[in-house]
Amino acid sequence: MIKREKLLEIFTPLLAVIAAFLVGGIFILIIGQNPIFIYGKLFSGTLGNPYGIAQVLFKATPLIFTGLAVAFAFRAGLFNIGCEGQLYIGSFLAAYLGFTLVGLPGFLLIPLCILGGMVGGALWAGIPGILKAKRGAHEVITTIMMNFIALALTNYLIVRYFHMPETVHTQSIALVARIPRLSTIFPKFSGSPLNYSFFLALLACFIVYYILWKTSLGYELRAVGLSPSASEYGGINIPKSVILTMAISGALAGLVGVNYVMGYKYYFEQGFAGGVGFMGIAVALLGRNTPIGVILAALLFGLLSFGGLIINAYVPKELVEILQAIVIIFVIASSKPFRDYIMKLKKKTLAQGIAGTSKE
Amino acid sequence: MTERVVEMRHITKRFPRVVANDDVNFRVHSGEIHALVGENGAGKSTLMKILYGLYQKDGGQILIRGKEIDLSSPSVAIEQGIGMVHQHFMLIPPFTVAENVILGREPKRGKIFNDRKKATQDIRGLSKRYGLIIDPEAKIQDLSVGLQQRVEIIKVLYRGAEILIMDEPTAVLTPQEVEELFTIMHSLKREGKTIIFITHKLKEVREISDWVTVMRDGRVVGVVKTEETTEEELARFMVGREVLLKVEKGPSQIGEVVLRAKDLEALSDRGLPTLKGVSFEIRAGEILGIAGVEGNGQTELVEVLTGLRKVKKGRIVLGGKEVTNASPRMIFESGVAHIPEDRHKRGLILEYSVEDNLILGHHYKPPVRKRLLRLNFKRISENARNLIKRFDIRPANKELLVSSLSGGNQQKVIVARELSRHPWLLIASQPTRGVDIGAIEFIHKKILEERERGKAVLLVSAELSEVMSLSDRILVMYEGRIVGEVDPKKTKEEEIGLMMTGATQQVASSK
Repeated sequence: MIKREKLLEIFTPLLAVIAAFLVGGIFILIIGQNPIFIYGKLFSGTLGNPYGIAQVLFKATPLIFTGLAVAFAFRAGLFNIGCEGQLYIGSFLAAYLGFTLVGLPGFLLIPLCILGGMVGGALWAGIPGILKAKRGAHEVITTIMMNFIALALTNYLIVRYFHMPETVHTQSIALVARIPRLSTIFPKFSGSPLNYSFFLALLACFIVYYILWKTSLGYELRAVGLSPSASEYGGINIPKSVILTMAISGALAGLVGVNYVMGYKYYFEQGFAGGVGFMGIAVALLGRNTPIGVILAALLFGLLSFGGLIINAYVPKELVEILQAIVIIFVIASSKPFRDYIMKLKKKTLAQGIAGTSKE
Repeated sequence: MTERVVEMRHITKRFPRVVANDDVNFRVHSGEIHALVGENGAGKSTLMKILYGLYQKDGGQILIRGKEIDLSSPSVAIEQGIGMVHQHFMLIPPFTVAENVILGREPKRGKIFNDRKKATQDIRGLSKRYGLIIDPEAKIQDLSVGLQQRVEIIKVLYRGAEILIMDEPTAVLTPQEVEELFTIMHSLKREGKTIIFITHKLKEVREISDWVTVMRDGRVVGVVKTEETTEEELARFMVGREVLLKVEKGPSQIGEVVLRAKDLEALSDRGLPTLKGVSFEIRAGEILGIAGVEGNGQTELVEVLTGLRKVKKGRIVLGGKEVTNASPRMIFESGVAHIPEDRHKRGLILEYSVEDNLILGHHYKPPVRKRLLRLNFKRISENARNLIKRFDIRPANKELLVSSLSGGNQQKVIVARELSRHPWLLIASQPTRGVDIGAIEFIHKKILEERERGKAVLLVSAELSEVMSLSDRILVMYEGRIVGEVDPKKTKEEEIGLMMTGATQQVASSK
């Protein structure tokens, strides 16, 4: 029974994705293009060559971080919509450390910058956490508001103090703080900014999995997510869990800066994330709030994101955005009826099986 | 001979893994109160949901007044004059009684406007005829549970029901409300209505029904006339073996004071004073029972003692240690175990497995936790295997979600976990609520074992008979105060019942 449930968990999103592609095909037809041709281009351009693959992985990296951040908070019963703000603060702090502490050697500066990204995100998410724990303020509202503040605050800091002349970005971080690109070992990836942050993202997924399902801390956080009143009875300090959950979630979001600031542009740029924080919600949703699911969902959205650039020559890029939206809508809408239907089929065959044998 | 209004023949209903109804035959005659009894999971609710059109049968026939009917939905059942009073009320709290009753079939004035006046009149008529006294203009949220149930009954009658299915209607009621409900049921019967009464309380079966159908494991195992049977016989039918309805209690060694509560005062969730100066002591080796109609401060008292609610005033001393307003974890660590009154809300994390639920409360420290916060999974499954065996938790599968267990087995998970902490003081709140007879017997035995081991037990229960049979001493609570202390061996149930209504408050407080 449990295994069957798990299979459904996997197949439902998969079918939703396929259905979304079918509906997307209709849109392509309306535009007057051949869907098979367009989809062929989409897949061959992304998965058909090393550069395409590298680009998909690169686009997926920040989505893994934000998706993981949302999924982690969700498991503990909190809805973190503030990843966008948290990643700006985290990234800015990472960049600031990177171009300020230029005298430090790389083996110190790199961890320090990564930590800076995490701390920035954790602090920014921790504020809604504290407000929720102490004052009962709903985190959905507070995290959204914190997004506005983070965006305005970083803009102000850039424009007022840290921008390079004629730009809206900071100076570059120290050379030793830069994370190497994968093309340095795999020349076939050359041209793609894919860097070691991707592995950091995979590592983060593993750590989140470990914390949630292998430690007493995860036991507590998930318990709070499932039943706050039973958790309170079980001696779990709920305010503490709420603050900790938000802080960890924010730290994960803050890691986006590692990919962008330390591995790609080497500076913090105003508005660079472009909604990656919000996409994290969709990634977590599609990934059913599991680390593995987050990776798969992030890869899909990474593929669509880079694929959009490829098929832009034939259809408007907006088509891919439509496709992404359809995927999300299908995942939300299809899951329940589809599962009910499958369950019904299973019931029939099972009941027949039982009728044949004896009870139990 | 009266007419057979309901006849269900060879009804079969299968769910994945279980046959809920297996070739069930069920007959009800017009104008009778027919009790349908059985343990949780025996298939009574399933059978009634089929009769009400909520479930579709996989096999068999249903005849209503001799005619075969395909009960494909509740609307068909309603058309046939079948009504169901659900265990969980389906009312809209901010609406008035009248608005709730007419919901879905509002009498119209013209085409658009509801005819409120007519609705109120109709309801007044019904309420007079059947002795269902209620104010049609009152809002549901202001009514007690007993009165809300009355609204449900009126709703069913308003829809023209001749056959009323009542799904464990007494489960949520106080003893007084049960009496009132029985009066209503009698007057419904007098007016020619037929009632099917689902329950697992045998005393009620004796008191109200004409006929009894007993179900076990999806089958009908007996149909008897109430006056020709005994509670013992019915219990044997239900469980399939001899059951001890009476508890056998040995002598015990009363020791020193374990818990001392002094002048406790606390507020309810709504901020109203709910404990108004409660003081008592519990000694090792005794079971102190707290009797009282629900909602007189018992819930808050237990919460205060277990750290789930803060006191405004007063002190709690546990084994010489001050634990007033201490955290639940601190109180747990001082040797208190707690069986909470609401197992779904407090006692269990329903989406956790049995083994994970069996460590709740000591999940954070060795031996369950190893270095670096890592859980000791070997230890967790060992612990689960052990407790499942010792406490006979069924099915014996530690990986099942606890939500998939029956109420009795869920309760056993809690009892197993709490007793495995080897507490000095066990606080058991409604320990057998909604639990089948077999499990009640088992839980009572376990509570008595704690007493014999010299542990202190605080037992809070709305079942007066439970408090009477287990306790060494009984405190009666009324409106946030202790209004009397009695010795269960020397006191009659009626006497305590009277104290529970506050009748003796004057006497007690002047003492």
